[in-house]
Amino acid sequence: MAIVFEKTKGLTDVQTHYCPGCTHGIIHRIVAEAMEELGVLEKAIGVAPVGCAVLAYNYFNCDMHEAAHGRAPAVATGIKRVLPDNFVFAYQGDGDLASIGTAEIVHAAHRGERISSIFVNNAIYGMTGGQMAPTTLVGQKATTAPYGRDEALCGKPIRMSEMLATIDGAKFVERVSVNSPANVRKAKKAILECFKIQIEGKGFGIVEVLSTCPTNWGYTPVEALRWLENNMIPYYPLGNFKRPEEGK
Amino acid sequence: MSKVLMKGNEAVGAAAIKAGCRFFFGYPITPQNEIPEYMSRELPKVGGVFVQAESEIAAINMVYGAAGCGARVMTSSSSPGIALKQEGISYIAGAELPCLIVNMMRGGPGLGGIQPSQTDYFQATRGGGNGDYRLLVLAPANIQEMVDLIIEGFDLADEYRNPVMILGDGMIGQMMEPVEFKERKKRDLPEKDWITTGTKGKRKPNIINSLYLNPEELEDHNIWLQEKYKKMKEKEVRVESYNVEDSDVVISAYGTTARIARTAISKLEKEGYKVGLIRPISLFPYPFEEFNKIKDDCKGVLTVEMNTGQMLDDVRIALNGRIPSYFYGRTGGMVPTPEAIANKVREILGGEK
Ligand SMILES: Cc1ncc(C[n+]2csc(CCOP(=O)(O)OP(=O)(O)O)c2C)c(N)n1
Ligand code: SF4
Ligand SMILES: [Mg+2]
Repeated sequence: MAIVFEKTKGLTDVQTHYCPGCTHGIIHRIVAEAMEELGVLEKAIGVAPVGCAVLAYNYFNCDMHEAAHGRAPAVATGIKRVLPDNFVFAYQGDGDLASIGTAEIVHAAHRGERISSIFVNNAIYGMTGGQMAPTTLVGQKATTAPYGRDEALCGKPIRMSEMLATIDGAKFVERVSVNSPANVRKAKKAILECFKIQIEGKGFGIVEVLSTCPTNWGYTPVEALRWLENNMIPYYPLGNFKRPEEGK
Repeated sequence: MSKVLMKGNEAVGAAAIKAGCRFFFGYPITPQNEIPEYMSRELPKVGGVFVQAESEIAAINMVYGAAGCGARVMTSSSSPGIALKQEGISYIAGAELPCLIVNMMRGGPGLGGIQPSQTDYFQATRGGGNGDYRLLVLAPANIQEMVDLIIEGFDLADEYRNPVMILGDGMIGQMMEPVEFKERKKRDLPEKDWITTGTKGKRKPNIINSLYLNPEELEDHNIWLQEKYKKMKEKEVRVESYNVEDSDVVISAYGTTARIARTAISKLEKEGYKVGLIRPISLFPYPFEEFNKIKDDCKGVLTVEMNTGQMLDDVRIALNGRIPSYFYGRTGGMVPTPEAIANKVREILGGEK
């Protein structure tokens, strides 16, 4: 019988712990497929965050480190400096990357570390039970913003991709979403391009992926996809912010 | 090999490179800046890598990444910076990674001052960060000893898969002394089959991790760590002693403070006093048993530190009430004088020789 679909070799057979309808799983899959397609799985070293993806070290089928909250880009720096010919990626949530770990991500980009960053923005602290993140939308309720995020007290949500794109060492910056099959395909394309930046030794690359958290948003999986489309995408525009110019 | 005159902090760098360290991640802070400066100058010459991190937090997490890939790796800082590194040190101890950390202590708390002190004894010997872990803590009293301990320290880190801390003070970092870089004995070190270098399609993935969500597993992990620390206590105690058995007062001091105490002892001996010295070189594991050699009718053990009494706790544990315990300390960057220490001893003996 002809094989029409095979699970990527980039993921282990371990069943993930993600909630039903959570898009962390989709993101894992396209990251893993990208590594497999680029032939880098056997020399890949990944860094898992603290957040819902903390157990990613059990899911990606390659060598892994589990980093402290927010420090994945520093850990990835240490790895890449020792093993410059290996493929090194970090996978982080928005609390991890855009709050406690802002210094680490900004300076990894600033040094032009030849690593790839997957930034999963679900506008909330998923793992700890739905507290406000720096990325939580104005008016969006969270357990530590029970009346909705108040711009006067908390500021507006931070747009990391736009900020990182201003840094010279960041060579590839793109925001994608996984709320529809078409967007999943685009997300994978961006991740492939981002990974190639590292493989070609061009510098730092990051893909921000808008992701759902049905559990803490308080929606069904389908409602959550719709909420992402109607509320997150207008504030966090999809698209490429930076890629190396032709021939460079 | 001949001796060369070197500043303490530069000797740290030279010893590390001699020991095969090729990766350094650090952040500037006085009084240890000569270490990162030396490494930034010398590592590229031997194919090594120096990174000035954005903070001490980042630096120690880079060490975590590098150590997980099997590199001989080091970071250095001084007290406020070492405080920031505690998160990473705890993860490194939990994930059982080898590395070397140098603390050239300065006065605290807070920003404190930039003069020498020994106020991080508790932090260094009790774990410092979260969780029930220990570092191997070595406290040199002169530059030659520091060089030797660093070279050996990298081997100890590999042997135990544990972070090793060299606990110095501003004084030892800044002074100059002749040193010799001896050829080190090759140790039989365990093979690093746990490191992440890519599976190359030949083995299952390796994972560097300190998370155990299952409490039974985490308890087992902690029991294993304690077994490792027990082995250190059996095998790695280092101490230098002088006239411990029949002295009327025994001084206990480590690092540069022990040198000052030694000067005080010479002075007192000329006056006819019998004074001994216990100088712990390993602060963890602590040389508790050495104190058992002190005679029962010894008038007192005087602990001297550049703090308000931290190692004092360990001395009291060692004495267990058998002999009176006294303390003399200066703090804030003030250094005890030999005369002040001698006075304290005369006071304990009430003029009796
Ligand atoms: C130093 C430290 N502070 C706080 C925590 C608790 N904590 C665990 S996960 C998390 C937030 C994670 O949120 P995010 O990065 O957005 O990931 P998500 O779970 O949403 O995927 C926090 C605050 C921790 N583990 N360590
Ligand atoms: S809490 Fe949210 S982010 Fe975490 S697994 Fe569940 S749905 Fe996903
Ligand atoms: Mg989140």
